[in-house]
Amino acid sequence: MKIKNLIASGALLAVGTLPVAHAGATLDAVKSKGFVQCGVSTGLPGFSATNDKGEWTGLDVDVCRAVAAAVFGDASKVKYTPLTAKERFTALQSGEIDMLSRNTTWTLTRDTNLGLNFAGVNYYDGQGFMVHKSLGVKSAKELDGAAICIQAGTTTELNLADYFRSNGMKYEAITYDTSDETVKGFEAGRCDVLTSDQSQLYALRIKLKDPKGAMVLPEVISKEPLGPVVRNGDEDWLKVVRWSLFAMVNAEEMGVTSKNVDEVKKTTKDPGKQRLLGLSGIGGKGLKVGDDWAYSIIKQVGNYGEAFERNVGMDSPLKIARGLNALWSKGGIQYAPPIR
Amino acid sequence: MSHKSNDEAPAAPSFWRDPRKRQWIFQILVLALVGLLFAYIFHNTLYNLEKRGISTGFDFLNHEAGFNILMSLIPYDETYTYGRTFLVGLLNTLLVSAIGIVFATLIGFLVGVARLSSNWIISRLANLYIEVFRNLPLLLQILFWYFAILPLLPHPRQSIQIGELFLNKRGLYLPKPIFEPGFGWVLAALGLAIVASILIARWAHRRQEATGQPFPVFWTSLGLIVLLPWLAYGLAGFPLNWDLPELRGFNFRGGIGVIPELFALALALSIYTAAYIAEIVRSGIQSVSHGQTEAAYALGLKPGQTLRLVIIPQAMRVIIPQLTSQYLNLTKNSSLAPAIGYPDLVAVFAGTTLNQTGQAVEIIGMTMGVYLVISLTISAFMNWYNKRMALVER
Repeated sequence: MKIKNLIASGALLAVGTLPVAHAGATLDAVKSKGFVQCGVSTGLPGFSATNDKGEWTGLDVDVCRAVAAAVFGDASKVKYTPLTAKERFTALQSGEIDMLSRNTTWTLTRDTNLGLNFAGVNYYDGQGFMVHKSLGVKSAKELDGAAICIQAGTTTELNLADYFRSNGMKYEAITYDTSDETVKGFEAGRCDVLTSDQSQLYALRIKLKDPKGAMVLPEVISKEPLGPVVRNGDEDWLKVVRWSLFAMVNAEEMGVTSKNVDEVKKTTKDPGKQRLLGLSGIGGKGLKVGDDWAYSIIKQVGNYGEAFERNVGMDSPLKIARGLNALWSKGGIQYAPPIR
Repeated sequence: MSHKSNDEAPAAPSFWRDPRKRQWIFQILVLALVGLLFAYIFHNTLYNLEKRGISTGFDFLNHEAGFNILMSLIPYDETYTYGRTFLVGLLNTLLVSAIGIVFATLIGFLVGVARLSSNWIISRLANLYIEVFRNLPLLLQILFWYFAILPLLPHPRQSIQIGELFLNKRGLYLPKPIFEPGFGWVLAALGLAIVASILIARWAHRRQEATGQPFPVFWTSLGLIVLLPWLAYGLAGFPLNWDLPELRGFNFRGGIGVIPELFALALALSIYTAAYIAEIVRSGIQSVSHGQTEAAYALGLKPGQTLRLVIIPQAMRVIIPQLTSQYLNLTKNSSLAPAIGYPDLVAVFAGTTLNQTGQAVEIIGMTMGVYLVISLTISAFMNWYNKRMALVER
């Protein structure tokens, strides 16, 4: 009896764990279950955090919502999985989430060794330092011997080591598990400096009890292109995520916003806008979604500029300038291939 | 002839009817199936990892780590390998566990005995201690000790100074001894003193058994152990220097630094586990019948002697097996370290190293293996100790 059970469960395991991967596995699975399972941070204002109503908002969250809008025509069909930096890739590899949109830096190792694919860049960032004003430090070059708080499992640990090594300086790294504890350690005075991506520094600064007592140093010591990630070997899904992002950037470039999109759809004679809104051209066939996929994104989520200003820009508490994240036509490097 | 055939052993039963052989066959079958199952899981994991383009193998252990670790007992910097980070993390885990075990045992015995004190206030206080610390989640206690104490400590530039000791938010800074040639004589004198003390203790024990005359073993040994090394130290020309911590820039340099993370984690682990050990000690003592105490008093032993010579040795039989499982718990609980940034094995190896290399299966496997080995080692040691302490029937 026992042996029979064992054989049976062994057989079950064999069937259950053999992967049946094909190019459209995730897109089909998402369509049939009716929502996108999106991995986000455990709470980073401006990028992914819950508001006072308990809803997830932020620039990274808007990428998830744009994908849901493209697939279902309804941006609210997203379920969120909050992940720490350590957990994020395993959650994606194991299929627990469909996509990861969690201020994740695109690097060679992550793109090639982890079985993952980066779909694009929704925020160009760089690593910086935040210090207590009372230290009287004006530049990162004066930080020799400092104690530095840092979050575990990020590229920042390596950048930091590189920077201090190349400048011949010593430091002491206190590595915490979550960004909340990192902030607490900084506030309690365990470290002189908190290092992270600059966007995060601004977000974490407004979490401090006394935001005015801390300042962000001018040096940016690394390139941190942040973007959504999907699993390898699933091209259909990769393209949906990638083009959802491109649609937002293209919409900003053409001046189509969530407010004027209905108006534009009715009156436009511009072939580019017509193609964007699915009135002519290839529509959503190549992506295996509805023809109005980009329209749904713009109507429900907004274009890239709107999402930026609302979450991290001048309409938000973070007040981050567009900088590198302005459109290529306005002095930044945000650029999307044309929809045609 | 028929008589003879009755005397012969019955003909061997057929292969299938022999229960002993049958047993073996089934054992082997089950073992083979379990083995197959594991082989299948192993193969399946490798196959899937490869299919998804996730690299496997232990090559990463030879790659340069490139990140800094807050505290290391062996030389380490960014240029060392991931294999080295494993060692650094392992040693840090062993250090905090060892400190935790020593202090948890000390506090636990003290509180356990105090719990049975005839002094009402002392026994109530011990009870309060047990009830409070046993019933709060350990993670909360760790965070409490860390984030409650940190803000109270001063900034490095306003450190609390006691002699050449400095205490601030960065930790406790002590002078570091630098041994110069000739210090070996001091160590040799210390060793000699310890050996002599042991011999004296044995001799005194034998003499007391034979003649009943006690000998002040404790004071003699203490005198030997303190005086002999000092004598050697003076004769060898004081061969010891101190590397004093000194404030430079942001913090102290030189000396020995004890980071607050180690302090908070060891404190929380000791206090939490001590509450359990106190209850174990109490139950152990209560398991010794009261008649033993009365008999000891009747023989004229003092209360302290009764406890030390009569009660505790018998109580140990009950205490040791349970103590083992508390030591195991403490060691495993030390893996909560990443919450406050103490660089133990989980934080350094299963944390940063895992994230940077992405080799989850290998790293988690190695980490689990380490905890298993540590636990089994402690367990084996305690079993050996238990055998030694067990009551020998005469």
